[in-house]
Amino acid sequence: MPELVSHPEEVKVISRRWGQGAADIDKYIELGGYAALRKCIEQGPEWVINEMKTSGLRGRGGAGFPTGMKWSFVPKQSEKPKYVLVNGDESEPGTCKDHLIFLHDPHSVIEGTMIAGLAIGAKVGFIYLRGEYRYLIEIMERALAQCYERGILGKNIFGTGFDFDALSHTGAGAYEVGEESALMESLEGKRGVPRIKPPFPAVVGLYGGPTVINNAETIASVPFIIEMGGAAYAKLGTERNGGTRLFGISGKVNRPGVYELPMGYNLKKMIYEVAGGIPNGKALKAVVPGGASCPILRADEIDVGMDFDQMGKAGTMLGSAGVVVLDETVSIVEFALRTIKFYQHESCGWCIPCREGTDWLKKTMTRFYEGYGTTKDIDNMRYLAENMLGRTFCPLGDAAAMPMIGFFKKFRDEFEEYIRANPSAPESQALVELVGA
Amino acid sequence: MADVNLTVDGKKVTVPAGTLLIEACRAAGIEVPAFCYYPGLSLCGACRMCMVRIEKMPKLQTACTTPVAEGMTVHTETPEIAQARKATVELLLGNHPLDCPVCDAGGECELQDMTFKYGAPTSQYVEIKQHREEQQWSPVVYFDRPRCIMCYRCVRVCGEGMDVWALGVQNRGAGSVIAPNRQDHLDCEECGMCIDICPVGALTSDTYRYKTRPWEMNHVATVCTHCGDGCKTTLGVRRADDGMEIVRGDNRDKSGINEDFLCIKGRYAFDFANHPDRLTKPLIRQADRSFATATWEQALELAAKKLKEVRDTKGPDAIGVIGSNRTTNEENYLLQKFARTVLGTNNIDHHRTADYVSFVRALAGKADRAASLRDAGTAPAILLLGNDPTEQHPALAWALRTNVRLNKAKLFLVNTSDIKLRRQAKAFLHIPEGGYADAVRFLGSNDADFHGIEGAADFRDALRAEPKLLILFGSEFRGHDIDALVSFGLSLPDARFACLADYANSRGAADMGLLPDLLPGYRPVAAPGPFAEEYPNLPQKPGKDLIEMFDAAERGELGALYVVGANPVERYNVDPASLKNTFVIVQEMFLTETAQIADVVLPAANLYEKGGSVTNSYGDLQLVKKAGDRAGVRSDLELIVRIADRMGAKPQQLVPFGRGLRADTGQSRGAQSGEADRHSIWLASRQIEPKVSPFDPYAVLDEIARLVPGYDVERMNLLAGNDVRTKLVSIEPAASTTRRDLVLPAQDALFTSGTLGRYSAKLAEVHESHRKSPAETAAD
Ligand SMILES: Cc1cc2nc3c(=O)[nH]c(=O)nc-3n(C[C@H](O)[C@H](O)[C@H](O)COP(=O)(O)O)c2cc1C
Ligand code: SF4
Ligand code: SF4
Ligand code: SF4
Ligand code: FES
Repeated sequence: MPELVSHPEEVKVISRRWGQGAADIDKYIELGGYAALRKCIEQGPEWVINEMKTSGLRGRGGAGFPTGMKWSFVPKQSEKPKYVLVNGDESEPGTCKDHLIFLHDPHSVIEGTMIAGLAIGAKVGFIYLRGEYRYLIEIMERALAQCYERGILGKNIFGTGFDFDALSHTGAGAYEVGEESALMESLEGKRGVPRIKPPFPAVVGLYGGPTVINNAETIASVPFIIEMGGAAYAKLGTERNGGTRLFGISGKVNRPGVYELPMGYNLKKMIYEVAGGIPNGKALKAVVPGGASCPILRADEIDVGMDFDQMGKAGTMLGSAGVVVLDETVSIVEFALRTIKFYQHESCGWCIPCREGTDWLKKTMTRFYEGYGTTKDIDNMRYLAENMLGRTFCPLGDAAAMPMIGFFKKFRDEFEEYIRANPSAPESQALVELVGA
Repeated sequence: MADVNLTVDGKKVTVPAGTLLIEACRAAGIEVPAFCYYPGLSLCGACRMCMVRIEKMPKLQTACTTPVAEGMTVHTETPEIAQARKATVELLLGNHPLDCPVCDAGGECELQDMTFKYGAPTSQYVEIKQHREEQQWSPVVYFDRPRCIMCYRCVRVCGEGMDVWALGVQNRGAGSVIAPNRQDHLDCEECGMCIDICPVGALTSDTYRYKTRPWEMNHVATVCTHCGDGCKTTLGVRRADDGMEIVRGDNRDKSGINEDFLCIKGRYAFDFANHPDRLTKPLIRQADRSFATATWEQALELAAKKLKEVRDTKGPDAIGVIGSNRTTNEENYLLQKFARTVLGTNNIDHHRTADYVSFVRALAGKADRAASLRDAGTAPAILLLGNDPTEQHPALAWALRTNVRLNKAKLFLVNTSDIKLRRQAKAFLHIPEGGYADAVRFLGSNDADFHGIEGAADFRDALRAEPKLLILFGSEFRGHDIDALVSFGLSLPDARFACLADYANSRGAADMGLLPDLLPGYRPVAAPGPFAEEYPNLPQKPGKDLIEMFDAAERGELGALYVVGANPVERYNVDPASLKNTFVIVQEMFLTETAQIADVVLPAANLYEKGGSVTNSYGDLQLVKKAGDRAGVRSDLELIVRIADRMGAKPQQLVPFGRGLRADTGQSRGAQSGEADRHSIWLASRQIEPKVSPFDPYAVLDEIARLVPGYDVERMNLLAGNDVRTKLVSIEPAASTTRRDLVLPAQDALFTSGTLGRYSAKLAEVHESHRKSPAETAAD
């Protein structure tokens, strides 16, 4: 079990119960669990949605869509059953927050799912766990079983007439099924390929029924918001960016880990104070602020607040809040190769620009890294990435293109230097060899 | 639905709400490039070629997935869009072989066209391309993976269109490949739809691949010779040593009743034409019972002499004539006219695969209730009794599936077996063997129970509630069963009917009067109407039907038998010995069981080697055009005329040729052949084109149009290659009821096609391979 980190700057809302054995239902209830659900059943759906809207909670899966609004899009009447789907596919490199929730506080996810179900009129919730998180499924299954034992799931919950069932399911190891519509395909037993939108899940989702799909952290935040009230939660963060967020800091820092900090927390402070700065007195080179898909920030660009809007203004994204810190020893060329290898491997292959684009980027990048690169390659790769951007079927193509464009734009000199630093393979000779091969 | 107004490239367009932008653009005459979009299949948004700029939208949008909205302003060709498409093409070419000159699709490849249009002349990449060896998936389907652009058309047409689901996608990302769901082979209907729909040269067919170039072929639009649906097909024909060789068939332009559908038979089973056993020289039986080849002169002379001799010595009643299900209307018409006016007998029949006589009689006076094959694709509700269209009427099955899938049509099935179409059926009445008559009685009754079948009454009630029902039935229905079914249908508000028969011109054979008691148009021989004048010496007494002819032969009373394109010896299990006293003349492509006992065999052309018209099961009339050619054979039309001529009959009396010669033939226009073509079509459509030869089928068609009720169709439409409706005639209810045993269902399945099918090497191979490992139906 990974060690939990902690820092005085933290504001512990969702992580409040971590490390206290709350995976067990008795402990969870002792620490105030399932009170929010009772309250919601008493107050009714309209009230719940209003609280959510007031809280300013925005989706923690990456896109930051206001959660209360998302729930309100679900039609009241529906011929087909409605569903709540929890996205626990967490696969974005640099992101490792949801798994701590499942590990330490699985009931908060179940409770949040039930509240979401109550709010939209769903009777079934699915908790979809990343395939590699097999070890978490036992914890989740046990938590669900306990709920059924206590009558917290099933029919006539708390004697109120509210019925709800929740099930968990694992993926089979594909980043792409984190994309909401691909996740639904996967859950339905099909290939993990996204669907055409519109229609959006709120109207036509799982098995064709209206579906709310939220990130695990988003869902886990729900009981706490209900508990403390939407307005109080909103106040923790910045304008239009309510509450706190789990930031996963990794890479070249002294104290990597997941910290719960208010939305809008300064990135520089986060790296140097919360995470303890760069080891061995090395200089900072760059930061990927929100998971591998977010464009990179140079060391001189990090004095910025970590919320959706401020990051957007800074030309990047808050994404899944996985902060990856690179110091001067890290080669951007190598980092770019690592990044594109990931996306090439994870592209589902459905659409041409992503399938072929990531593949050619990877092939070219690999050769470049091996020392057979040319300046033309840099231009070609940038051209390629720019021609993927905004043209793919789902955002994975953008997620691959954006960071690559960032590397070429902000660190072109490093790529050029890389060519010069590899005299063993002069441009012309490299190409001759390749073409001959 | 309400209409929506939008602007595409400055043009104002109005289309129904819900229309996809790509279709709206097409409606405005603007073609938006598309690899993955295919009308009628599910949307997939995968190729990103159709990107357009919609004002007020941040990014380029895919026209194939975007429904139109009021006031939308769209740009389909801007530098930005051209760049996006160019980049996509570049990416595709990255892994694509650049050997178009040897690719099977060279010259008709959508990727080539897009590369030409959006120009990606330089290769951006130096890494080696992914390569995989070509694979053979079935006797007809080959797959060349590197050429595949992953448009998923094949997967969707096989699954959604064919309901076979034989193809899928394996792996992910750049490793994604189209693959059979059974790993390395297909277990499927071998329709070739996947090959046909493939925009590039990735999927190829065994019959066509790497044989020729598209521009080296003649492309001839005609009608398939196999089942009773009568699919339109464009045959690709190339020169061969001994004439012409048909190398492919498709209906890519979606003209005709079958849209782009063809089954394995239409698409691949034309190779019988070049079968090594094909007869190309007349044969005459020798004294020692062996065959010797003969000249046309000798063979025709002998045939004519014998027919004349028997007629003049034993009397016309000692001659029998058997016609075909696969010859043209013109040939069928001419054959019966020859029998009735030259031989002087009504002893004429054919292998009946459905009881059209009873069908026509049951619907007398209700011509508007006869349905076209097109109705199967549009009717809101369909009742199908008997038959298994998947096996016997593939185009009908396609139309029904498509209608259910796209229009939510309701399909009701009554069948003794669990046929595949039940998967599309809203309700399925699974009745006991031989229970059709009973089932119809039940439908018309108010009984609560039917053989204890659950839901039977609900089935009946649902049917009765249908305001517009299309009723289709197979050869299980004959005689009075048809009357009962029709009268049930007529009790509903607006039911239409079609009777399914087995071959390309089964319906035409009956319509043209290849019947002992009925003249063309089902006119009783005893009440011949205009034929009394037209046909000199028309015998008034009904002749012998097919079974009676063989009975007469058995008794030694049949002096001569003239068989045109039929194999009754095998079909009706005739003992060859019973024909020992009968002089048998057979016009055939092969030495069939019937030809083997003949005294004279005349090598005949097949339906792909001549012109004329055919009528499908539903009464849709279509033009047949000469595509192939085979040295040594002659059309049945020509052979009938030549025999008649040698018997001393006047060809002009049989074929009204030579009329209309007044017209300018347009030859003076010389090299401007397009002009001349249009001119002759104009002449033909007004029935004033020159019919300079007695072998001109159009001359016979003129007479059919003039004399056969229901066949006076719009010529121009027919000549333009469209299907036109014939009208059902009203015949006297007093006409004879067909003996049940005269109707002999062909029992063909998807991979067989009567005697002819045995000579298609491709069909036989597929049949054999499926016999060894019978197809499992895809999981329900
Ligand atoms: C390629 C791709 C991968 C994604 N992976 C995840 C993921 O692992 N977890 C997640 O919650 N959302 C992921 N998302 C975002 C989801 O599509 C969706 O927006 C999110 O689950 C909505 O929840 P939220 O509103 O609570 O953020 C991914 C999106 C894309 C395009
Ligand atoms: S962008 Fe295209 S290929 Fe890439 S993951 Fe999305 S749908 Fe699949
Ligand atoms: S030949 Fe027809 S049935 Fe077979 S895989 Fe292709 S589309 Fe499917
Ligand atoms: S084989 Fe042809 S039809 Fe099938 S996906 Fe590939 S390119 Fe498209
Ligand atoms: S045609 Fe629109 S994406 Fe392929």
